[in-house]
Parts: sequence; structure tokens; C-alpha cells
Amino acid sequence: MNTYDRRRFIKLLGGSGMMLASFNPLTVFAQSNNPSARVIIVGGGFGGATCAKYLNMFDPGLSVTLIEPSKRFTSCPFSNAVLSGMRDLDSISYGYHAHVKRGINVVHDKVTQIDAAAKKITLGNGEKLSYDRLVLSPGIDFRWEDVEGMNASDMELIPHAWQGGPQTTLLRDQLVAMKDGGTFIIAPPENPFRCPPGPYERVSLIAHYLQQHKPNSKILILDAKEKFSKQPLFMQGWEKLYPGMIEWVSGDTGGRIDHVDVKNKTIHSESGDKHQAEVINFIPPQKAGLIAHTAGLTNSDGWCPVNQRTFESEVHSDIHVIGDASIAGKMPKSGFAANSQGKVCAAAIVSAVHGTKMPEPSYVNTCYSLVSPDYGISVAAVYRFSDDKGIYKVEGSGGVSPKEADANFRKQEARYAKGWYDSITSDSFG
Amino acid sequence: MHIKITATILLFFSSLVVSATGLAVEISQAAMLANSCAGCHGTYGKSPGAIPAINGKSASFIVESLKDFQSGARPSTVMGRHANGYSDQEIQLIAEFFSKH
Ligand SMILES: Cc1cc2nc3c(=O)[nH]c(=O)nc-3n(C[C@H](O)[C@H](O)[C@H](O)COP(=O)(O)OP(=O)(O)OC[C@H]3O[C@@H](n4cnc5c(N)ncnc54)[C@H](O)[C@@H]3O)c2cc1C
Ligand code: HEC
Repeated sequence: MNTYDRRRFIKLLGGSGMMLASFNPLTVFAQSNNPSARVIIVGGGFGGATCAKYLNMFDPGLSVTLIEPSKRFTSCPFSNAVLSGMRDLDSISYGYHAHVKRGINVVHDKVTQIDAAAKKITLGNGEKLSYDRLVLSPGIDFRWEDVEGMNASDMELIPHAWQGGPQTTLLRDQLVAMKDGGTFIIAPPENPFRCPPGPYERVSLIAHYLQQHKPNSKILILDAKEKFSKQPLFMQGWEKLYPGMIEWVSGDTGGRIDHVDVKNKTIHSESGDKHQAEVINFIPPQKAGLIAHTAGLTNSDGWCPVNQRTFESEVHSDIHVIGDASIAGKMPKSGFAANSQGKVCAAAIVSAVHGTKMPEPSYVNTCYSLVSPDYGISVAAVYRFSDDKGIYKVEGSGGVSPKEADANFRKQEARYAKGWYDSITSDSFG
Repeated sequence: MHIKITATILLFFSSLVVSATGLAVEISQAAMLANSCAGCHGTYGKSPGAIPAINGKSASFIVESLKDFQSGARPSTVMGRHANGYSDQEIQLIAEFFSKH
């Protein structure tokens, strides 16, 4: 049955008298060799890989194609542990064998164009594929156009390490090469950006590394913002574990950057101060992944407005956007959020394809951060949807780890942070 | 899998000939709620790491645990903060889902 027939069939079901019979579904799937609705997913990161898997779990009869250029996806979560030498890159990289085994068609290429009217995408090799539903989870790109003194090629000298893989290795190598007594500068961007507590976990784990190997070194945070995620918990941990090593400068007190002098590794702040450092980690301001812009799915802020119940784009029908690229109400841009959105989106698509009732969406997020290998903190929330509020936090749910907690509690959370990582990566890629 | 699979037989005209067989997949509210636990507890609750597995636990154990996490009767690092996001009725649905996996 092609999609049109399937849709018509479902309509017919609604209008005519029908008989319900239950029998072994496996038999039915085996008998049915009709082509079914084609769902294409662009991007095999936390959002896309999860959505593909759950589409297949909900309805093994769907034709699901996952398009991702890399044979192995390198995670950003736990990449700060690579920077500190606690893990290697291989231990945070994932292939797509499990997806292939499920019967998901995995294509290693880049999507270069989307024709929303003809419902076709174009691959890097020129091939065109048709879809009934398209899901985009392309992650982020950088607003280099808004950065004075730097462009994309300068990330070879001043890494952002805000996308996984070679950039993580480059920053690690620079930290290893740094002399004891040197200064490391990190410059986190304004909101919204990928992983709100990420820069501060990075500071923590680099402090841990420096304390062990280069104890006379300093860390300077030149922040674009006035406050940051889990700030009281991070600062409490820094005072306790790395006294005197870390200085945080808020946007209004000289943190905001005017321009970067790449050649001299110097940052000029808006307030006129100059900061030179051996290693600079400049994290540029962000926007939705490039393909979302090419396809015209973004708003003037550079992110994708969607129906937050189904993640269907407000611009083009039958295209859904999930993960960092989407505007998802109160949810932060995190791997856990992308995973959760992938499942809700899969449920929306399966329900639409079958003409059945979509369950009320429920979403969740927790961002664990390691302040040291044995010191974990977290922020959590459960989310629901309403027409007037979009995705909102369930009152009374979530919150941050308690400020007053003993060393054992922090150690438990560090252990669970690793447990979370094992679970989320197996739930997304396994 | 916790999906209501409804096999439907369509009768065309007044003849009793089965002309087509289709499947309408309806995803349950229980699956929607329980899938959100999988990010920490693993797909279907089968945790591969340090967070306890919850698949195949009895529904009453899961209900009791979540209510005790809510009240604080059972101390937790993070479960109290999550359990507070669900109503009694939702907890019942979630518990039944995991008890069957
Ligand atoms: C240092 C750091 C630490 C972090 N720690 C955590 C953490 O502890 N917990 C947490 O929950 N989150 C964390 N995050 C955030 C997390 O990495 C992102 O929120 C998450 O990856 C978003 O998922 P996504 O699917 O939107 O994008 P991604 O996971 O980035 O996936 C996007 C994929 O799309 C592919 N793609 C892009 N364009 C195309 C195209 N045109 N065609 C085909 N494929 C394409 C890319 O190759 C990529 O694989 C961290 C981030 C950073 C930087
Ligand atoms: C952020 C990660 C996270 C999420 C999300 C989460 N859990 Fe948990 N769960 C934990 C951790 C960690 C523990 C151990 C107790 C603690 O310290 O919080 C736990 C413990 C439990 C236990 C007790 C298990 C035992 O063997 O004693 C149950 C039951 C449970 N969770 C059910 C759930 C359900 C149901 C959901 C979804 C509604 C859920 N959890 C969501 C992390 C999580």
C-alpha cells in the first residue's frame, strides 16, 4: 500500500463499520510486503538516532532512513572528560550497527537541499530521495558572522570544541602542551546555546587536570552572561576543590568580548581590557544547523519554530525539527532533551501516519555535570505541553541538587552521571 | 512493546469477502510516560550502567518507590525531583508498563 492508499484506508476505517480482531502481529508484518510511509531523518546525533530507533520500535512497518555523514558519531556529553584526560575519544564514539540491525536504512552522506513542496531531499552525491515525513536534528552551527576578528577557519588555532570529534582533540592537545603557570581562557556565549552548564563543567574538569599537572596555572572565564546554570553549586565546588584557580567575569563587569586577536591569542573585552592566554577556548554564539537555514525553516533568531506538541515545523508541513535546532519552550538545548524530543516526535509521526490518537506528550531532561571525577551535580525537570504555554515545566518537579549535601551525595551523583551517560547512549545509539 | 496493535478487517460492500488487512498502531499514554524514564534507566528500563534497572520489577514496587521518592520517605539524589512530575494515575500506568518488560 502506498502512503496515499494507506491514508485513504485509514479514513475508510473511520467511516465504515469495522471488525476488530486480535492476532499475532508478527504474522501480519510477515504477510504484509506493501511499501509503507517513508520517514527520512537528517542527522544521527542524540535527537535523530533516538527518533529513528523509536519510530522503528513503535511501527516496524515504517520505512525509516537515517542520514548522517559520519560513520561514527562523537558525543559532546563526556567530551569534557576527554579534555581532562579521564577518557579517550573512542570511548565516547558510537556507530550505527544497532540501527542497521533493526532494519533502519542508514545512509552516510550529507543532505544538501530540501524541497518541501516536492517532498524530496538531495544528498551530497546528487541523489534525490522522496519522503512522506522528514525529521531534522542537525544540531548547531556558529554565528561567525557576528564574531569580530575571527572566522570559521580560525578554530584550528582557537578551538571551540563545541561539536564533538577533532575539535575536542585539538583543545586537549593544546592543554597538554600548555606550560605550568599558564592561563587558560574560556569564553562562553550568550543564551540560548547548546548545553547551558557545559562551559562550567569544562572549567571544572580542566581545573582538575591543571591542579594535578600544572598547579600554578589559572583559568579565566570571560562570560557574555550575567549568570549561568547551576552557578551556586559550581562556585561552591570550585571554592572547595580548586581554591584561587578560577576567576569568573560576568558580561557587565568586563566579560563581554569586543574582538579576538587570533594571531596574538588576545581577547579584547568591550570594557577595553586585554587578556592574553596560552590556550583560548572561544565558544561562538550559535544558531540552528546549516541545513535548517538552507531549507528556510529558521526564524530571525536563527532557530526553528515548531509546534511543540509534534515538533512539526511552523514553516513547512510534514517536516519536523527536534534537538538543539528547534525552539522547544522551556527545555534547554541538551542531549537528553534531544533524546526525549526524538521519542515525542516519533510518537507524533506514527500517530499521524496511522490516523490514531497521539498520547499526550511528556518530556524530560536532566543535565549532570562533573565538578571533579567524584563530585557530581545536576539540574532536572519534567515537562508537558499546553496550547497557551507550549512546553512548560511541571510545577513541583525538578530543580537542582541540594546546596547543602555531603561528599557522599556528590560522589553518588558523579556515579549516576556516568550511569546516565551509559543509559542515554544505549537508548539513543543501541 | 507497549503499543495497542489493532488489526482491522474491512468489509467492502455487503459481501463478506475480506478485501484488505491493515494495522493501525496506537501508542499508549503509558508508553509515552515510561519512555521518558529510559534516558536514565535504559530502553524499557534495562539499564546498562550504574542507574538501577527497573524492567520486570513488580508494579507495586515501582508505585511504592515513586511515592516514597515523592514524599522523601525514601531518600534519593534525583528520583524525588522526577517523581514529583507525575500524578498517581500516571505512576500506575508507568509501573504497569515496566512490570511487563
Ligand atoms: C562540551 C559539551 C558537553 C555537553 N554535555 C552534555 C551533557 O552532559 N548532557 C546533555 O544532555 N547534553 C550535553 N551536551 C549537549 C549535547 O551535545 C547536544 O544538546 C546534543 O548533541 C543535541 O542533539 P542534536 O541531535 O540536536 O544534535 P547533534 O547531537 O549534534 O547531532 C546532529 C547531527 O546531525 C548531523 N548533520 C548536521 N547537518 C547535516 C546534514 N546536512 N545532513 C546530514 N547530517 C547532518 C551531524 O553530523 C550530527 O551528527 C553537551 C554539549 C557540549 C558541547
Ligand atoms: C535523571 C535520571 C533519572 C530519570 C529521568 C529517572 N530516574 Fe529513576 N532512578 C535514578 C537514580 C539515580 C536512581 C537511584 C535513586 C536516586 O539516587 O535518585 C533511581 C531509582 C529509581 C527506582 C528505584 C529502583 C530500585 O531498584 O530501588 C525506581 C523504581 C525508578 N527510579 C523509577 C523511575 C521511573 C518510573 C522514571 C520515569 C518516570 C525514572 N525513574 C526516571 C535516575 C533517574
